[in-house]
Amino acid sequence: MPTATFRIWRGDITGGKFCDYRTDVAEGMVVLDAIHRVQAEQVPDLAVRWNCKAGKCGSCSAEVNGMPRLMCMTRMNQLPIDAPITVEPMRAFPLIKDLVTDVSSNYRAKQRITPFKPRPPDAADGTWRMAQEDVDRIQEFRKCIECFLCQDVCHVLREHRLHEQFIGPRLLVHVAALEMHPLDIESRAEELRTVHGVGYCNITKCCTKVCPESITITDNAIIPLKERVVDECYDPLTKLFRIFRPARAPEAPG
Amino acid sequence: MDGANVLGERNFGRTARRDAWWVQPLAVFGVLSAFVVYATWAALQTSYYTFGPYLSPFYSPELFGDSAHAWFGPKPGWWPGWLPWSPALLILWAPGGFRLTCYYYRGAYYKAFWADPPSCAVGEPRRSYWGEASLPLVIQNAHRYFLYLALLFLCVLSYDVWKALWFVDPASGETHFGIGVGTLVLATNVMLLGSYTLGCHSLRHLVGGRIDRLSQAPARLRAYRCASCLNRRHMSWAWASLVAVAFADLYVRLCAMGIWSDWRLF
Repeated sequence: MPTATFRIWRGDITGGKFCDYRTDVAEGMVVLDAIHRVQAEQVPDLAVRWNCKAGKCGSCSAEVNGMPRLMCMTRMNQLPIDAPITVEPMRAFPLIKDLVTDVSSNYRAKQRITPFKPRPPDAADGTWRMAQEDVDRIQEFRKCIECFLCQDVCHVLREHRLHEQFIGPRLLVHVAALEMHPLDIESRAEELRTVHGVGYCNITKCCTKVCPESITITDNAIIPLKERVVDECYDPLTKLFRIFRPARAPEAPG
Repeated sequence: MDGANVLGERNFGRTARRDAWWVQPLAVFGVLSAFVVYATWAALQTSYYTFGPYLSPFYSPELFGDSAHAWFGPKPGWWPGWLPWSPALLILWAPGGFRLTCYYYRGAYYKAFWADPPSCAVGEPRRSYWGEASLPLVIQNAHRYFLYLALLFLCVLSYDVWKALWFVDPASGETHFGIGVGTLVLATNVMLLGSYTLGCHSLRHLVGGRIDRLSQAPARLRAYRCASCLNRRHMSWAWASLVAVAFADLYVRLCAMGIWSDWRLF
């Protein structure tokens, strides 16, 4: 059975260092399995957050060989074992211990987003009607498992630490799901520009690259939101057109 | 204290990545630089930009100029004497602006030319960052205005392909329908530029993306789906059309210089 060396970050907010651990690697193993083996056989106090081991809970986010990944979805046979495999916590978030970070800032930022507000019910029984074509577009955003790998790789948060000015890709996906919802009647364009800082995104597409759910974050969520901000804030022609456009009757239920 | 501070700062180019992360930004830097250098050189030549019915896309539309393709006659008298003259300089700012403000190219050249970031999860050279939230990069939001111009250019270039189907017989002076390799080069250029332009993120938004209940606007839903289909390969169309437009100019130029012969297919 081959062995691999794992260079794992050990420490807390007061400091720490990378420590090397050698362990056996069996066929079919993922990085999380190896971390568990190291924890079971060598360092029982190694802190690692995990839950489903199936790529659905978003708990075991870390940086494997420098790239944000879910440890449970990173197969060992995808990694070269001729050199130590680096496993470190997500750099964009405050460290708690070892591989565990505090991602609660994302939940606080989420509370600043204007919540869903539906139009009046379409039917007398208080229900709504939606067409499949209209919900197809936002269905993709529902796949998000909130692993926050996209937040971690985003250089605005990771390198420039602008957590207060920019909500990051995950939460922009959340805003897109609300903004494009066929029942929602709120407009979030102004708050996207001023509060959520969508202008800080410079479209590197790193968030899309690391998403374990393959959500096309940049093209389908962030850029459409940027375009909505342009509609409201930067496009005088669109504003002029809206002023002179004849008032339309309310849309019929879908 | 956050993770980055405890784990140690990552300076420019520092990363734990073990793949060749520098290849892609380097390739973008090389190809875009080569294109800008060639396009600038070609635009300043003011010669060898037409050959028979062919007109280089760098010079189309030729608003003022000495060739038979010029719309409004020769070089205007009001052109400042201190400014180099070229018919291309009158128009190239529009497609150039379209590419410069394109969402795909923005992400690509921010990485390749400004290292912001050099690549995903790689250390940057600067601490400060404004993004596109304030001047000067907030101007990138003018992309849709360049899109409107690019759509006009697409119509003009399509007309150029039509004109490239009609050849004058030097003996009789009569015009005959025909297809040359140059016709195919110009047509391929228009096809690739069309796929790039019609898959633009702004166009996708304008034709339907801004509407939440597209099911009530069937025509716009179809347009949105078409734009989305092209948009999924926007990067590929962007590069293919960039190479095609440069090659179309090169083809016309080398034919006009007598270095290449334009083969008539019929």
